[in-house]
Amino acid sequence: MMLRDALEMVVRTDPGLIRSHNEDAVFAEAGLGIAILADGMGGYNAGEVASGMAITRLADDLNRVISSCVTQEGSGSCDPSVIERHIVNEVGAANFAIFHASQSCSQYAGMGTTLVLAWFYDNRMSVAHVGDSRLYRLRGQVFELLTRDHSLRQEQVDNGMISPEEARYAENRNLVTRALGVDPSVDVEVHDFDVQPGDIVLLCSDGLNDMLEDEDIALTLSALGGNLPLAADHLIQLANDHGGRDNVSVILVKVLGDYSAPKGWWQRLFGCLK
Amino acid sequence: MAKLILSMDGLVLKEIPLNKERLSIGRKPHNDIQIDNLAISGEHAVVVTILADSFLEDMNSTNGTLVNGQPIKKHFLRNNDVIELGKYKLKYMADLQAGAAASEFEKNVATRSGQIKMPSELQLEPTDTLVRSSVGLASQPKPPVPNLAAAIQLLNGPNAGKELDLTKTLTTLGKPGFQVAVIAKRPHGYFITHVEGSQFPVVNGKALDAQAYPLGDHDVIEIAGIKMEFFHKA
Repeated sequence: MMLRDALEMVVRTDPGLIRSHNEDAVFAEAGLGIAILADGMGGYNAGEVASGMAITRLADDLNRVISSCVTQEGSGSCDPSVIERHIVNEVGAANFAIFHASQSCSQYAGMGTTLVLAWFYDNRMSVAHVGDSRLYRLRGQVFELLTRDHSLRQEQVDNGMISPEEARYAENRNLVTRALGVDPSVDVEVHDFDVQPGDIVLLCSDGLNDMLEDEDIALTLSALGGNLPLAADHLIQLANDHGGRDNVSVILVKVLGDYSAPKGWWQRLFGCLK
Repeated sequence: MAKLILSMDGLVLKEIPLNKERLSIGRKPHNDIQIDNLAISGEHAVVVTILADSFLEDMNSTNGTLVNGQPIKKHFLRNNDVIELGKYKLKYMADLQAGAAASEFEKNVATRSGQIKMPSELQLEPTDTLVRSSVGLASQPKPPVPNLAAAIQLLNGPNAGKELDLTKTLTTLGKPGFQVAVIAKRPHGYFITHVEGSQFPVVNGKALDAQAYPLGDHDVIEIAGIKMEFFHKA
């Protein structure tokens, strides 16, 4: 099955009820198997600039990488380590571009953005993230957070200084410990996961998970999974019903079928021998 | 302030604020609430209010006093209790202002801290990069979800008569793969939305479109051939 047919992607972003600007940016393209979400920060409109730059750059660059992979078919482009290397390179380049802009332009000084990216290939997905934007997966009845926030709050939870319940209301809950555009280089966390038909993947900015309990999100995805646009609308609506204090963005990806990479004759032969 | 809403046959007649410590209800004219009907005793009942709490007491009336369908002698009133005297109904609405005031305060805090941010943003000062502009609103409780309990009752099919409480934020109805609709419980009411299938839900004989539809008391919903009634619980 082609990626385009195997994946359904829905994107929603909303400024929320309090903020006038939307500093979130999103991109999703089923044909490429790419979903990216960024939550910008910085004074005036610099947050929008940072997240916007991250998204446009990564969308263009990954598009280029993927089309060059397709032309040299069967060259091992579906190896998780290769994908990871591409992600680290491209995110690094986007980071440097944002950092450079913030250094050279005074009104962009100090801007930055979080990032969460999912790259679907060969019945797998690579998930990269920086900061506190998240990726969740609903598989059957199991709703799991697959990313670990790079935030002070998460560090405190890991150290046992505060409990996860206390963390919901912690003062410093919006302090991120990693972001794009803050330093010349960035430490990207990348993990690889298998993907099964029926999985629903959610990428979201903290405007969603700060406003809602995970159970509410899980219930929405399992109840409305049959209608992905409605599920996305409902998540935004829920966040706003609960106060809507931040921009809220979601990307929903539903895996409709198998999308294993086409294999060359020698790979099939190799597979038989193994 | 808590209040009573007097109605008969679903028609609202009067709203009575509970601003007195002792409020009498009866047929005779000296009562605070006079209900001139032969089924009502001369001195039928009283409502005693102390601070935010109200108690209802039946004054040995001839025909009795019911709360939520149960005969009572003395009763501590809770929000949305329905008192019945003959054909008359009195709905008790507790004082929810305390809660409302808190959320109003919360809103003010939110907007104000937004304004505080403004000057620094206008001067384009480099703000601390890793701090989101919304910090400081941390330890707020979630806005209260109003407890407008509601349920649906199936009107036909093998499970006719069965009642389903709408306690979750989302309740799905119908047959997956054939026709599914969902009822969402939101702060300002219940909304029904079509989820999947070529047939759309029918409410009070009219087919819905893709938009969410706000449900009213006693709306009749039809999904996958099953009729059901939506109603608010007293």
